[in-house]
Amino acid sequence: MERSRFLLSASGALGWLSLASRAEAQNAILLPFANGERPVAAYPQKRALIVQTTRPPQLETPFALFDDGAFTPNDAFFVRWHLAGIPQSVDASAHRISVTGAVNRELSLSLKDLGSMPAVEVAAVCQCSGNSRGFFQPRVPGGQWGNGAMGNARWTGVRLRDVLARAGLQRNAVQVQFRGLDSPVLVQTPAFKKSLPIDVAQSDDVLVAFVMNGEPMPLLNGFPVRLVVPGWYSTYWVKMLAQITVLDYPDDNFWMKTAYRIPDTPSASVAPGSTGFPTVPISKMDVRSFITNIASGSSIAAGPMTVRGIAFDGGSGVRRVDVSFDGALSWQRAALEVDYGKYSFRRWNAQWNAEPGRYVLAVRATSNDGTVQSAAPIWNPAGYMRNSIENYSVAVS
Amino acid sequence: MKHVLLVLPVLALVAAGVALSATATPPEGTATIALPSDAATAFKPGSGVETARRYCLTCHSAGYIATQPALTSAQWTAEVTKMQRAYGAQIPANAVPTLVQYLVSAYGKQ
Repeated sequence: MERSRFLLSASGALGWLSLASRAEAQNAILLPFANGERPVAAYPQKRALIVQTTRPPQLETPFALFDDGAFTPNDAFFVRWHLAGIPQSVDASAHRISVTGAVNRELSLSLKDLGSMPAVEVAAVCQCSGNSRGFFQPRVPGGQWGNGAMGNARWTGVRLRDVLARAGLQRNAVQVQFRGLDSPVLVQTPAFKKSLPIDVAQSDDVLVAFVMNGEPMPLLNGFPVRLVVPGWYSTYWVKMLAQITVLDYPDDNFWMKTAYRIPDTPSASVAPGSTGFPTVPISKMDVRSFITNIASGSSIAAGPMTVRGIAFDGGSGVRRVDVSFDGALSWQRAALEVDYGKYSFRRWNAQWNAEPGRYVLAVRATSNDGTVQSAAPIWNPAGYMRNSIENYSVAVS
Repeated sequence: MKHVLLVLPVLALVAAGVALSATATPPEGTATIALPSDAATAFKPGSGVETARRYCLTCHSAGYIATQPALTSAQWTAEVTKMQRAYGAQIPANAVPTLVQYLVSAYGKQ
């Protein structure tokens, strides 16, 4: 009875946030799209998160949590694995990262070895390529995420460039391939390997990171060490990093050549149902923004209030954020809060004198490279890179 | 003036979001977790459910299927084919029609 009331209210006027708090007691949540009911459960080293799938585990951060601050706590950070062979016990002291391939000296580095190199820290958003896939219209197969397959953390480690320099790159190096400790169930399944172009691998900010928000990272986020590629989708942020292979050819493994490809079109968008278009590997994130303290479908009390949210892009940084209280007819410039760097969530706020009535709020970010979020929905068959302007229906009384 | 000159590059670095020098100690020792069993997740009953259990659960839990939007027969066929060709799922050709029929009736649309 209690459960059916919960489901009924979900399709009614009650908001997502109030649902979230109701669902907490019910160990379930309803994401706002068809077939959006999900369990909520606490996995090891994690608080209660939305369970998208159990094996391999995909855990989503409940959206209300992004209102708490610019950084996402480790125990609330989303989880995404491709293959069910996930080590459930990892000895950091015994862990090694091999560096092989087109190098002058093959290496086997311990974490202690990394600790002797110059340490750097970067604040960066880690976002799944398929974040928000559940909102695609028409719907597409794949992990049916809401908007919570993303998080922002301070990542500390050493520069990949410094690791590569220790090995010495050969002149014919074109890409660098990464593999973690995870493995497929079947020998026939391609092992998860991702590659970066050599210039990206050598850039300032790509890290081999072993600290997340000042602490060792949760095992489900890649303990003891993972790749951090600020500005790029998290498919490249290989967890439990164990192998670095310098390639003298473009990687043709399944996870580069077939999976994680986007249409080679503006905004990675094609007409729904299209096939046969040229594709490229997914790379930089596009610009996005969200309201974090008002959920779509919620009811709020009339009066002056602060509307808050976050914005980010693929590494140029957020130039401005505009908020609309009239369904995108007019826009008000929001105040940007503390700048933790060009790869970080940027918090923003705007004042709103909410008078009784029904409203559609919207938020639109502009990045430093001049890109502005568009109201036009994007579509591609894999459900990647959604970044349309978000709308929020709100009743004020 | 000298102070300003010294400070500016640091500020510029912060504003650019470039990785900053930091002190950090790599973790030591073993981290161990126990992932919950996926026994609680189950396929909807229906004709062909045994086939789904037999071939799908090898690599992933039933939730991978149950959370999908209602897919057409053509879309479920494409998913099964992808599992065979891309991921090497050992689904014999003669089991595919049963599997697709089950997926469409339990999790699909006509």
